[in-house]
Amino acid sequence: MRNFTRIITILVFIFLYIPMIILGIASFSTGKDIAVFESFTFHQYRELFRDDGLVSLLTNSLIIAVISTLSATVLGTVASLGIHKSRGRLRKAIMTMTNIPMTNPEIVTGVSLALLFAFVGIILRINAVLGFWTLLIAHITFNLPYVILNVMPKLAQMDPDLTEAALDLGCTPVQAFFKVVLHEIMPGIISGALMAFTMSLDDFVISYFVTGSGFVTLPVEIYSYTKKPIHPKVYALFTLIFLVMLILMVTMNLLQARDNTRRRKLMLRRAGR
Amino acid sequence: MKSRFLSGPYVLWMVLFTLIPLGVVFYYAFTDSVTGAFTLANLGSMVNYWPIFLRSIWLSIFATVICLIIGYPVAYFIAHCKPTTQRLLQMLVMLPMCMSFLLRTLAWVALLEDTGIINNVVMSLGLESLPLIRNNGAVILGMVYNYLPYMILPLYTVLMKIDNRLVEAAQDLGCNSRQIFSKVTLPLSIPGIVSGITMVFVPAVSTFYISQKLGSPDTILIGDVIEMQFKSAYNPNLGAALSLVLMVLIFICVGIMNRFSDEDEEGMVTV
Repeated sequence: MRNFTRIITILVFIFLYIPMIILGIASFSTGKDIAVFESFTFHQYRELFRDDGLVSLLTNSLIIAVISTLSATVLGTVASLGIHKSRGRLRKAIMTMTNIPMTNPEIVTGVSLALLFAFVGIILRINAVLGFWTLLIAHITFNLPYVILNVMPKLAQMDPDLTEAALDLGCTPVQAFFKVVLHEIMPGIISGALMAFTMSLDDFVISYFVTGSGFVTLPVEIYSYTKKPIHPKVYALFTLIFLVMLILMVTMNLLQARDNTRRRKLMLRRAGR
Repeated sequence: MKSRFLSGPYVLWMVLFTLIPLGVVFYYAFTDSVTGAFTLANLGSMVNYWPIFLRSIWLSIFATVICLIIGYPVAYFIAHCKPTTQRLLQMLVMLPMCMSFLLRTLAWVALLEDTGIINNVVMSLGLESLPLIRNNGAVILGMVYNYLPYMILPLYTVLMKIDNRLVEAAQDLGCNSRQIFSKVTLPLSIPGIVSGITMVFVPAVSTFYISQKLGSPDTILIGDVIEMQFKSAYNPNLGAALSLVLMVLIFICVGIMNRFSDEDEEGMVTV
């Protein structure tokens, strides 16, 4: 049994990483054809950094991801506090609404927002309504549920006596939030924000429908590339992004592991007393 | 407490940008693209697209089943590793999800093409090139490849939480490993199976890029048709009607799946 699952796991990981390996190798090839490796070169990487277009596309993607993540994190965390306090039908209604963007297929979310913006554009008589702002609104909208769904469980886990204690000791509710609650739910906020950030950075389907020619992000531009022959420097960009993501995830992993051992030691020490 | 009202701005935002847009989809689906008058013609023309709907559903059911069959052993394996290894493997499953799925799909094109990497090897062995791309199989492969992590992660989460004492109890009571799996592990992992199935099926059935790159004009999916209405055919009203039908279909599928898992949870309590 153990051997059987081990073999399947190894095969699945090979399957998952084949495209990365191919793109990685292609980024060092002199040839234009991804399927043929001619000879080794760093040329594509040099081209990549000379290409202002790609750098500005990446900047656009980062701008949208950062602003939408920050807004969604603040709005979502505040909302979670409110949802946590509400009960019954109201709470159920809000949670159902939170789940709509999660269960709806991305294409429907994209299409529905595109139609809304088109509709508003017709009413207000704006010609090119799609652009930076519509893209930002769409990203905040699909980022919000990730924040809420990560913060809510932390609020539920939190000991309510902690807030009570802070209030008894003379904190105003706002002070109690910043000194006690925020600290307790921070892991949820961070993981929600991280999820939102990666989703936003890599989003193609929704962005594709809600952005115009004025403000284009990297994934949307890559889609238009794939209709014409793609330039190998894009493979170099992909490989770089892959390495950054890998380093980021390994670091997070190590930090988490260290955090866990520290917590375990702390618990042991407390138990020892 | 006044703090209930803290969710006010969020609710307003979601009403504006989630509920109202869905209302606008309804509005467009029921109006004419030229005159703007009320019409049922858009929904009536759905009959023409029925074969495409059916094909999308069939291909994504295939892909979902394959994901479940190969994802389950992987999730099981990861859940039974040491905690540090678990975290590492979980990260390796998540990493491809963060990378542009457009480029990853393109890499598959490079692999499968008639003059692609696999066929280059095949032909250098003196064999005829294989028809690997532009068919249903390639589209299913693309779906499995892109959405497999969405199957593995929920399965892993559920399998990891299964109390090992239950397995030990079953062992003590004389179950062999196959019985332990069918009577303990599998029933307890049903919530993970259900969420894995929905997380794979929903994006697979609505995808529009995979079929364009790996399929042929004969394997066009419903997502492609919707995309065309907005980006090349400029008939947003028909596109809205298609989206509406797609949404309702998915709503029904997810509803059925969720009922399935609820009943089983109740069943577990009574056993």
